[in-house]
Amino acid sequence: MNRILFVLTPMTADRSFWMPARGSTGAEGVDRTFYFVFWVSVFFFALIVGLMVFFVIRYRRREGVGPQASASQNLPLELTWAGIPVILVFVMFYMGMKGMVDLATPPAGAYEIKVLAKRWSWLFEYPNGHVDEDLHVPLDVPVQLLMRSEDVIHSFYVPTFRVKQDIVPGRYTKTWFRATKEGEHLLLCAEYCGTAHSDMIARVIVHPSGEYQRWLENAANFVSRMSPADAGQRLYKVQGCAQCHSVDGKSGIGPSFRNVYGYERVMAGGAKVLADENYLRESMLNPNAKVVAGFDAIMPTAQGRMDEEQILAVIEYIKTLSDRWTPSAPETTSQPATSQVSDKRP
Amino acid sequence: MTTSSLTYPDRIDGPDGARGDESYLGGRHGLRSWLLTLDHKRIGVMYLISTLTAFLLGGVFAVLIRTELLTPQRTIMSADSYNTVFTLHGAIMIFLFIIPSVPAAFGNFVLPIMLGAKDVAFPRLNLTSYYFYVFGALFALFAIALGGVDTGWTFYTPYSTAFGGQVIPMVFGVVILGFSSIFTGINFIVTIHKLRPPGMTWFRMPLFLWALYATSIIQVLATPVLGITLLLLIAERVLGVGIFDPQFGGDPVLFQHFFWFYSHPAVYIMILPAMGIMSELVSVFSRKHIFGYKFIAYSSIAIAVIGFFVWGHHMFTSGQSSVANAIFSALTFAVAIPSAIKVFNWLATMYKGSIVLHTPMCYALSFLTLFAIGGMTGLFLGTLNVDIHLHDTYFVVAHFHYVMMGGVVMVFLGGLHYWWPKMFGRMYSETWGRIACLILFVGFNTTFFPQFVMGSQGMPRRYFNYVAQYKPYHELSTIGSYIMAVGFVIIAVYLLHSLFRGRRAPANPWGGGTMEWQCASPPPPENFDQPPPAGDPYDFTDLVYDPQIEGYRRADTPDHQPAGRPA
Amino acid sequence: MSESQSQQSRDDRVHAEHLAHHFATPTQQRESGKLGMWLFLATEVLLFGGLFCAYAVFRANHPEIFVYAHRYLDKTLGGVNTIILICSSLTMAWGVHAAQRGQQRRLVAMLALTLVFACGFLGIKYVEYEHKWKHGLLWGKRFQPTGLHEQSPDQSAEVHSLAAEPADARPSVAMSEGRSAIPPPAPGPAGLADADEQTEYPPGRPPNVHIFFGVYFLMTGLHGLHVIGGMIAIAWILVLSTRGRFSGAYFTPVDLVGLYWHLVDMIWIYLFPLLYLIH
Repeated sequence: MNRILFVLTPMTADRSFWMPARGSTGAEGVDRTFYFVFWVSVFFFALIVGLMVFFVIRYRRREGVGPQASASQNLPLELTWAGIPVILVFVMFYMGMKGMVDLATPPAGAYEIKVLAKRWSWLFEYPNGHVDEDLHVPLDVPVQLLMRSEDVIHSFYVPTFRVKQDIVPGRYTKTWFRATKEGEHLLLCAEYCGTAHSDMIARVIVHPSGEYQRWLENAANFVSRMSPADAGQRLYKVQGCAQCHSVDGKSGIGPSFRNVYGYERVMAGGAKVLADENYLRESMLNPNAKVVAGFDAIMPTAQGRMDEEQILAVIEYIKTLSDRWTPSAPETTSQPATSQVSDKRP
Repeated sequence: MTTSSLTYPDRIDGPDGARGDESYLGGRHGLRSWLLTLDHKRIGVMYLISTLTAFLLGGVFAVLIRTELLTPQRTIMSADSYNTVFTLHGAIMIFLFIIPSVPAAFGNFVLPIMLGAKDVAFPRLNLTSYYFYVFGALFALFAIALGGVDTGWTFYTPYSTAFGGQVIPMVFGVVILGFSSIFTGINFIVTIHKLRPPGMTWFRMPLFLWALYATSIIQVLATPVLGITLLLLIAERVLGVGIFDPQFGGDPVLFQHFFWFYSHPAVYIMILPAMGIMSELVSVFSRKHIFGYKFIAYSSIAIAVIGFFVWGHHMFTSGQSSVANAIFSALTFAVAIPSAIKVFNWLATMYKGSIVLHTPMCYALSFLTLFAIGGMTGLFLGTLNVDIHLHDTYFVVAHFHYVMMGGVVMVFLGGLHYWWPKMFGRMYSETWGRIACLILFVGFNTTFFPQFVMGSQGMPRRYFNYVAQYKPYHELSTIGSYIMAVGFVIIAVYLLHSLFRGRRAPANPWGGGTMEWQCASPPPPENFDQPPPAGDPYDFTDLVYDPQIEGYRRADTPDHQPAGRPA
Repeated sequence: MSESQSQQSRDDRVHAEHLAHHFATPTQQRESGKLGMWLFLATEVLLFGGLFCAYAVFRANHPEIFVYAHRYLDKTLGGVNTIILICSSLTMAWGVHAAQRGQQRRLVAMLALTLVFACGFLGIKYVEYEHKWKHGLLWGKRFQPTGLHEQSPDQSAEVHSLAAEPADARPSVAMSEGRSAIPPPAPGPAGLADADEQTEYPPGRPPNVHIFFGVYFLMTGLHGLHVIGGMIAIAWILVLSTRGRFSGAYFTPVDLVGLYWHLVDMIWIYLFPLLYLIH
């Protein structure tokens, strides 16, 4: 019974049979327009199918009786049943257009976060330089997103916000919203981008006003707050290293990080190089200087993306993955990573 | 133009060697006589067999998709396999089945006869177009054999230029199929313009011909743009020209514009012939003159014309300007109006009619119901702010399946059941026909209605894994697809059975007023010795049912032979 | 039998020979053929239309590419080719006229002359293509200009700098000849952030110049393929006309091939200024 009533949920409700919860200021307008089109459609569907069924019964063929004489054209009728839909669709058009212009026009002074989409993960860059895998935004503040893609077309879609915008490589695209509901919202990629398109999910976390600043400051300082190896592990995930380099020994697009530090590596061309800190640093900043045999020279550089402190943290993390690295005595800073890489594999 | 003493050359033998009193199916036997035929009826039958084979293949892929989606994670295949399967399902269904199906199978068979002509204007071009279809299909199959494509049937760049699998053979196959479509279109336009016998004026033509004419205009004008787009895609992939791939300085959104400039009119290539069949079915099975003939005729042309200007409604979230968005949205609503006009005219045709639910009429009524839903859900997608939420979700998937399957496929089946006696000279089991229609109707709605709800609740399309909350919808949808599969199997069984054991069909089992019902079932190779005089194709008043032949005949013909056939 | 009567019966025989079984009269057949060919020409216009549209979009958004790169096309050769094609259209039209008048020898001569002109066109195109191939003025990744001489006196400084630059100035991080599994980060769109250090363009040369040459080869290449197709059709008509197939009563195939050839000419007449005569 509840299910049936749910179907009839009036459009003023938050979550309904057709629409997910409303999480932004724009959602209500979209839902209102949706339900207008919906009820017009329901009316005409009932009319068309009702008449059809009625005619089939009322005018079913009877033995010896032919069809009744009736006109086969009627101009006023044609104009009526063309004219009424014209008016109705005009209203739909107008509502839709106004709504779209609102969705496309961020208010002045909106808080800007940069978005990087790539196969198959999201990265969000905050104004203070912090980079995170989830989108954290303050409640009730207009947020503007400047989005770019590293490879193919992706699309930023948050159903509860009713927001969607394609992210096209070679240019920037923008969208904005103003979140009205605290907590977590799903962020999905809505433009097919390959194998793990359906796994390219992130969270939009809406913080109540006071909390947001606190979170942002806290998050940005993670390199100085965490041990270098832990910070390096986090950077391994958010800087996209995890996409190509596993930590379990299995080669992917790039060599695994397990048992790299302290070992001799064979480069393309036959040269052998010891993988020490200098080698690791050079591999990050100038990846094509030495390419391990059997892999393509396609690694993007960390130049401009990670500072020296972050590079050092990643090196420390890679060290912990090698059995040729021994942890220093407890009073020194280098500690093994506190956890293995999480299940959030792209 | 022509002299008043218009007679066709006096010939008994048909183009394939059949003698005058044999049907087009007789005459020269053997594969060669079919493969080299110039008879539009044989070409139509070959197209029918080929497109139905493609439908079977596409349908198998559909069942695989739905089976995979039974569970939120992996069910029977890997993500890469799934992505390939949905791409191939789309590409096969669109390019190998639905675009050629009604025009090339039914159009080829019926158009010349309905017009009163001996054949299409260019029979050799007709055969060529069939072979282009076959070659295009072979390229597509070759691509599948090599591992397939996983770009989606829309081939968006730069995914399709940098990744995508066997894009080049698949896309080249589509280019060849495009030429098949173009040649069919040219043939039909010239046939309708130039091969009408005297007395067959434009407004005496059956509405199916108006529909085919409008479709052919689209085929001729839109398909070349797809051709060049896909050739440019190949060039981008092979040469790195820099037109679509931003790596080389190109613009991915430009590809979308080019692609949809064809692919939107393409959906009108799909629906217009189906709507043409609707006009025939509704009037014949209500035994009533079609209501609003001129409005229906002109609405087909209007849809064809306006349909060229709405392609941007596939790109509302692509980053194009708000102005462009608004213009495309407005035009999208404009193109909806002629379709609405048709629906109301068909209903008015039924008013005060004498309706009997033969199998073709069951499909026509299914169309009316399902196209109403499909068409109106298009309004949601044309509404800008709502589309931003619904774009690339299952709502879109449900919408286009309602119009393409609930619409075109239902009427394709209606046409198949309507013209089956004419094409093959056999009647099928009406009981099984109606049962199968009902099964399909139930299965179809079970499959696709939940997808509307999923979509508006935020489930994106082309998703291998999905969030657990959508599981009940997917389960229902998959069950529906199995029900539909059963329906299709039933249809195949009784139709094939009818070829061997079905009752022999009279010339006019349904009481149709269009010319094809005035020649034998199946028709002789020359169609007519003399074309019957052109009258009103929707005038049923002098058609009477004759229980002896279990069919209809003109009230004034004393014997049971249709006009123009030797006694 | 009188003169006109025997002519009439000759025409009737011709009519009967060339009238396909599904046409009622020769007029119907001829008009159908013409309508069919015009429709086919419309499809060709739309096919090329896509390319012209791409040209328009890229020229509107990146005029500097076109202004810079078109100088490496030889206006003289292009102009000569234009005249050659116009002449070929003239001889083709003359041929159709001859066919209509039953002048078989003139028809054959005109068709042959048309073919000669077409060969001339292709010959010049070969010269132009060869020049570009030699100097690396090609599409996409193959755009690697080398060893160019001055093309025009007023552009000498820039031309020299073009010739002096290193063979591979493409900004790419290890782009192998085949497709890479992960493309390198896309260079930023023109005018936006992130100066990509690996992009070093010689002074005066805008980025993505290879697009011009890609467009050039695609457009002239597709046109060239249509010229070849037209030549095959003309050759076929030529053979048939040597066998006396055509007369005043039946010359439709010549007419239709003529229409096609005129379209091929027309397309070049648009291509030439758009590619060669940019200011």
